[in-house]
Amino acid sequence: MTVNGQEVTADVEPRTLLVHFLRENLRLTGTHVGCETGYCGACTIHVDGQPVKSCTMLAAQADGASVTTIEGLAQNGELHPVQEGFWERHGLQCGFCTPGMIMSAAALLAENDNPSEDQIRHGIEGNLCRCTGYHNIVRAVEYAGAKVRGEEPPAPDWEGAS
Amino acid sequence: MYPREFDYVAPSSLDEALEALGDDSKVMAGGMSLLPLMKMRLFSPAVVVDIGRIGGLDTIEESNGDIVIGALVRHATTATSPLVAQVATGLATAASLTGDVQVRNRGTTCGSLAHADVAADQPAAALALGATMVAQSSEGTREIAASDFFVDALTSALQPNEILTSIRVPKHQAGEGSAYDKLGRRGGRSDYAIAGAAAWVKMEGGSVADARVALTGVGTKASLANAVADAVIGTDGSEQAVKDAAARATEDVTIIEDLYGTEEYKTHLAKVYAARALSQAIANAS
Ligand SMILES: Cc1cc2nc3c(=O)[nH]c(=O)nc-3n(C[C@H](O)[C@H](O)[C@H](O)COP(=O)(O)OP(=O)(O)OC[C@H]3O[C@@H](n4cnc5c(N)ncnc54)[C@H](O)[C@@H]3O)c2cc1C
Ligand code: FES
Ligand code: FES
Repeated sequence: MTVNGQEVTADVEPRTLLVHFLRENLRLTGTHVGCETGYCGACTIHVDGQPVKSCTMLAAQADGASVTTIEGLAQNGELHPVQEGFWERHGLQCGFCTPGMIMSAAALLAENDNPSEDQIRHGIEGNLCRCTGYHNIVRAVEYAGAKVRGEEPPAPDWEGAS
Repeated sequence: MYPREFDYVAPSSLDEALEALGDDSKVMAGGMSLLPLMKMRLFSPAVVVDIGRIGGLDTIEESNGDIVIGALVRHATTATSPLVAQVATGLATAASLTGDVQVRNRGTTCGSLAHADVAADQPAAALALGATMVAQSSEGTREIAASDFFVDALTSALQPNEILTSIRVPKHQAGEGSAYDKLGRRGGRSDYAIAGAAAWVKMEGGSVADARVALTGVGTKASLANAVADAVIGTDGSEQAVKDAAARATEDVTIIEDLYGTEEYKTHLAKVYAARALSQAIANAS
């Protein structure tokens, strides 16, 4: 398979989950594991451009596929607009959910660069965050959307607050 | 968490896949239900037959009066196909409400039906829309009506050596419409159904000429609520007629209490969602 643009080849046990292959074989530990059931979304990556949960996929199923992880999102040292949005709009606290959240948000914006708040919340439905209450995550995605569209991002919520 | 060890085969043809199936094997399509069960070691087949590399199973085609949805059509495709939305509306809606974005990108419509979870969305739509399952084994092909397909919790009529290669769904004709709605476990329409209902109707000259209503989430399997359909047929499909009919939602269904609701609550929800699905189907028919 190709991971973040690089061809990788390995023989693995059939039961090797894709997330473990990425974290343990390739040492790409940006992709997190937060649950055993497939619900939390911390392990979200892109396979052939689509967001999927890498804990609910065998490495073998990704044979021949093109995989992008959080490590592959920044280009030439420039943060992806969604990464910048999370930075600028305080879209994280502990950061555990953040890699998966960013991968889901990046996929959403690749399909629709001007999503409504409802569409953003729907787009990250498969990603759980125990810290932020999602509010600043939505603002971060709105910021990123504006950046992708080449517009001035909306002012932060805290601006003008006393 | 790792599943127990197993042998993995990923054949490129249906014949090879059918040959690889045995007593202790499992078909894997999207893996969205199979892999979590294997990770939790609730389930440990000796052989996993991944059908994901078989060509020609990922298409939605029109054939006579039906649409044919192949075994590898993902929930996301069923949900966003303009054709499915138009001629099998309730199924498209059920697919769009299955899991989350990531789950819909991997899980398949046929896999959801084969898995036969008590609270899954698409089985109810398959029942209400009168779908037919096409199952293949090395001995041949057989067709199973949706009404005979869902046997019990996590049990479909498929044999261990069979692959559900496609489903056929009759296309809505003039005057027909369908819908699906649910209350999800995570609130709103998110996650598996605490209660969900699908409905299909055929309107003629301002009255309901034919109907089917199916429930999910409230019993041991998705099942038809025939009493509701019988009660709404012949009426004008008005709000009152729908409400009266939906009051009979649990006559054919044994309501089971679970972590998500008492019997009383689920009985209430069954009626509410039967009415919502029916009203929406009637609106979609015109
Ligand atoms: C986080 C999460 C949330 C979810 N939420 C929902 C929800 O809201 N609503 C809902 O309905 N479902 C939900 N699901 C389940 C999901 O929809 C699965 O995709 C679906 O049930 C199974 O489809 P699959 O292709 O992934 O099948 P797999 O997981 O590959 O297989 C499931 C079972 O069906 C059998 N099978 C699959 N395909 C075939 C075939 N073609 N022929 C014969 N047997 C076959 C397998 O052998 C296995 O026993 C959720 C799952 C997850 C992980
Ligand atoms: S680790 Fe929780 S969904 Fe993958
Ligand atoms: S920032 Fe802690 S889980 Fe989301």
